[in-house]
Amino acid sequence: MVIAIALLVIVVGSVLFHLLTPWWSTPLASGWAEMDSTLHITLVVTGVFFVAINLFVVYTLWRFRHRKGSRAAYQPENRKLERGLIVLTTIGIVALLAPGLKVYARYVQPPEDAMLLEVLGLQWQWHYRFAGADGKLGATDTRFVSAQNPYGLDPADAGGRDDVLVLNSEVHLPMGKPIKVLLRSHDVLHDYFVPQFRARMNIVPGQVSWFWFTPTKAGRYEAMCAQLCGMGHANMRGFVVVEDEAAFKAWVARQATYATSMAAPTAAAAGPAAAGDALAQGRSLAQSKGCVACHTIDGSAGVGPTWKGLYGKLETMTDGSTAKVDDEYIRAFIRDPKARAVRGFAQVMPQIALNDGEIDALLAYIKSHGADPASAPVQR
Amino acid sequence: MTAAALGPRPWMGPRERAADTGLWCFMGVAGTLFSLFLVADVMRLASPDATAIGLPRQLWLSTAWLLCGSVLMGLAAGAARAGQGARSLRLMWASGATTLAFLATQGWAWQQLIEARVVLAGNPAASFFYVLTALHGLHVAGGLLAWAVALRALGRAVDHPRPTAWRLALCARYWHFLFVVWAALLASMTWLTPDIARAICGQR
Amino acid sequence: MTDSHGDVPHGPQSFITRYVWSQDHKVIAVQYAGTAILVGLVGLLLSNLMRLQIGFPGRFAFIDAEHYYQFVTMHGMIMVIYLLTALFLGGFGNYLIPLMIGARDMVFPYMNMLSFWVYLVSVLVLLASFFVPGGPTGAGWTLYPPQAIMAGTPGADWGIILMLVSLLIFIAATTMGGLNYVTTVLQARCEGMTLLRMPLSVWGIFVATILALLAFPALFVSGVMMLLDKTLGTSFFMPAVISMGQLSAHQGGSPLLFQHLFWFFGHPEVYIVALPAFGIVSDLISVHSRKAIFGYRMMVWAIVIIGALSFVVWAHHMFVSGMNPWFGFFFATSTLIIAVPTAIKVYNWVLTLWRGDIHLTVPMLFTLAFILTFLSGGLTGLFLGNVSVDIPLSGTYFVVAHFHMVMGVAPLLVVFGAITHWYPKITGRMLNEPISRLHFWVTFIGTYLIYFPMHYLGVLGMPRRYYNYDNYQFIPASAHQLNVFITVVALVVGVVQLLFVFNLVWSAFRGRRAEPNPWRAASLEWSTPQTPPAHGNWGAHLPVVHRWAYAYSVPGAAQDFIAQDAPARSGGVETSHDAEPPARGVAT
Repeated sequence: MVIAIALLVIVVGSVLFHLLTPWWSTPLASGWAEMDSTLHITLVVTGVFFVAINLFVVYTLWRFRHRKGSRAAYQPENRKLERGLIVLTTIGIVALLAPGLKVYARYVQPPEDAMLLEVLGLQWQWHYRFAGADGKLGATDTRFVSAQNPYGLDPADAGGRDDVLVLNSEVHLPMGKPIKVLLRSHDVLHDYFVPQFRARMNIVPGQVSWFWFTPTKAGRYEAMCAQLCGMGHANMRGFVVVEDEAAFKAWVARQATYATSMAAPTAAAAGPAAAGDALAQGRSLAQSKGCVACHTIDGSAGVGPTWKGLYGKLETMTDGSTAKVDDEYIRAFIRDPKARAVRGFAQVMPQIALNDGEIDALLAYIKSHGADPASAPVQR
Repeated sequence: MTAAALGPRPWMGPRERAADTGLWCFMGVAGTLFSLFLVADVMRLASPDATAIGLPRQLWLSTAWLLCGSVLMGLAAGAARAGQGARSLRLMWASGATTLAFLATQGWAWQQLIEARVVLAGNPAASFFYVLTALHGLHVAGGLLAWAVALRALGRAVDHPRPTAWRLALCARYWHFLFVVWAALLASMTWLTPDIARAICGQR
Repeated sequence: MTDSHGDVPHGPQSFITRYVWSQDHKVIAVQYAGTAILVGLVGLLLSNLMRLQIGFPGRFAFIDAEHYYQFVTMHGMIMVIYLLTALFLGGFGNYLIPLMIGARDMVFPYMNMLSFWVYLVSVLVLLASFFVPGGPTGAGWTLYPPQAIMAGTPGADWGIILMLVSLLIFIAATTMGGLNYVTTVLQARCEGMTLLRMPLSVWGIFVATILALLAFPALFVSGVMMLLDKTLGTSFFMPAVISMGQLSAHQGGSPLLFQHLFWFFGHPEVYIVALPAFGIVSDLISVHSRKAIFGYRMMVWAIVIIGALSFVVWAHHMFVSGMNPWFGFFFATSTLIIAVPTAIKVYNWVLTLWRGDIHLTVPMLFTLAFILTFLSGGLTGLFLGNVSVDIPLSGTYFVVAHFHMVMGVAPLLVVFGAITHWYPKITGRMLNEPISRLHFWVTFIGTYLIYFPMHYLGVLGMPRRYYNYDNYQFIPASAHQLNVFITVVALVVGVVQLLFVFNLVWSAFRGRRAEPNPWRAASLEWSTPQTPPAHGNWGAHLPVVHRWAYAYSVPGAAQDFIAQDAPARSGGVETSHDAEPPARGVAT
């Protein structure tokens, strides 16, 4: 009978667990409440079947356990019962499918007036693009991609000139307006997933996929890559700040456009760091450019060498030669990661667009973790 | 349907029926394989970088060889069933020879295409051409293994060929299958152009 | 595809031909099962290494991101293909089919033998990828392009090539085996053994084999094409991409084409694992509750319909893939439809227990655990099959929990129960009971504790295939603590599996000797003249069958079971769809 008791405990325990669990959906921050409702309907229907069937099994085990002299009944079939169960099950299935498809029908038909946001996923960071004043996103192609032009914008397309480029991982959105998110990648599959928004979609190189949602709550939300995209997958972090229209417009105005980024080699604002503080800027660049996907600062193993104690150390290459990690070494490495192969590490460092000022800031940050006692104290 | 005792090996059951069923199953598997390749073909050809390739004329010759091989194999099976061992043997050899000629001509067709700089990488229509003909060729080569086994059995029993006729009949069926598959592949490579593929996939 | 078995005399003579190059289905079955279990232990170890990283991130220096993703990938591929598929089809299929249908062996014994050795080669090629430069592939068991063959993913140089080659070899092995299983069922049934008198174990394996024969070609196609993309620069799946700053030579390929082909194989694959488990469960429940399986015909139909429908649901794995969104309507509908025949099976198992005479033997315990875990895993499938509910759950731990519960835990419980059930037949000895019970309780409770809470991490939004979860604000500390708990339980469950393996080996030499039919089962395999069965299984005369395999507790019968090959006058001779026993002597 232990098994019957165990099954009973499991059923009761599972129900209790569900009622008491601290882990459930994040608070909804988009207009997709219907997804949550459908989830609840599914939970109730499946929950009823789960509890009912298992309790029936528990009762059956207790009542029909083998005792001396007991004999099973002989009832190989009961057509009526089976038909009834099929009908009951079908009703349950329809009860799940109908609301699910109804929500889905809305999901696949974005509103005509949705604002366009393009998310560009690359190994291992996010960039964003808005359409600018002309309301159209400029043409792109993989063959135009370079360190200076990570979006692959076609220089010949005038419609792209006013595109607002957000070269770091944080994007702002206005609250209350539907957004159609266009998703692109030039390298591998990714997925832009903000749990609070519920809506999301994979990103496929060679095509543009999309999803849409309406942000309904102000806040700063974490976006994650949700399709395995290589070693830096877990650290490919983005941020979405939802704010009122005025703040959003002000933020957009601060961003670079394709035209301005072509004119001066200065890339877009590096994030919320204060301009004069190189160390803080370096730290935020390390985040926003995705360096932290592979380089740790606490000495732990990563895809790339840890920055703790890196500056000033003698690094060994795969061919046995050594090099001192100084300013020149780091600058050169960032500009051309393929030039050297460090022993013990895969040669997978991407080339990331950074102007001289940003490289200086990053350098300061890396130095601050270095072995050189003259460097600045370590900040976290 | 039952495995009733048959002759001196009561535990083996009717081998002919088993091999017969087994071959139908294998044809189902191989047919599924080629069908899936063709579906992938259509899906891939729909993209803008695909352009139709001109098929080398050697393919008509190789098709003729395979048709001959298939017919000769069927005749060989018939001859064995009719007790004409020597004739059956000659037809089997002829069938094998024409099949080898088929494979050689396919190689010649490849050579022509490569000289015309239609290579594996690049245009997906070319990629599929090479992959489909290679895979079909491998299935033909596998068939030749079965042919060799059947030939050996026939050679040993050339004076009383009827008990081995089933082997030849199965080979013949497989050859017919290979021919039908080849005809389908040829038809798709000729008529399932990128434009048609785009139409099927609903692209403008 | 003809065999040359005709040259073998009465039976293999030397050690080598009896136990190594054996054409006897029973030996081949044990070879398959042994290899599958050994490689499964490797997969188990990999999963424990993964859990060490998830529970204690960064604590183990050698589990860095590269190794982690390699462990993830190899664990998944080993478990799904090299353990479960090989064990159910090559292991159980080989052993049970001829015995349960009254045949002496498979119809193509030589090809059967070949299929094992080719399988072994595929395993060795797969394991070799641990030793090549760059190590095994870390692309996830789904091997999605373009990343699988691009820098940035572990093993993109050699590991992925060996993986693909290994899969192609495995497919050859499975095809050879599959042709055997299907043809044997169709051709070699003994007298009286109609299709509708076959035990459900055979039906499950039979339909699963048909699925395998038709689905593995899709994996073959995608594997060949990816191999060519990697080695010869074709662009089947590769669009123009930038890899580590360089524009690739590929262009125009479609990553989604791979996904369609992969899942056209991948979804039937889960039923290739599940259907044999379903069939076996039906038999275990009948024997150990002394009651005919409820609704035998409906069970057969359910297996067939599930098998057929399994080919039209594949894109529920692709709801958020970026495919044409309108496909979502079709695949959500087909997926939820397949739930109906599956539910019927669950009802029928439970209704078999009702008014039964339930013996709580170890096989019955595993069966009951299967019902609970399969029910749980199957129900969560309804969440994922309903497209709009799937959208926030896809790619999270909800999916991981679902497929482990329904494909990992449930079928493995059946494997343990089935091995315990048939062990006395295979070896003539019983498995050690206290060890079996300990193994059962730890495994059952442990796996439930691992995977049930995991669903909630998925609802929270924790993505799968993450090396670590540093500093995500939306993930509370309690979730990390849950991961520690799950890891500890997983380690315990992992170690306890060694008990099972020990039991298998130890009991083969020291187990209590068993009678020929210790469970008093009615199906044909228990009627062989010798236990374990000798080469040729049945001695001089093949059995003749007079009834179905579920003549348990027939009213008026002397015992509570009537063997399938007992003489017709023993009763129980009726078709299964009569609710009451009809007049005697009515044969089907």
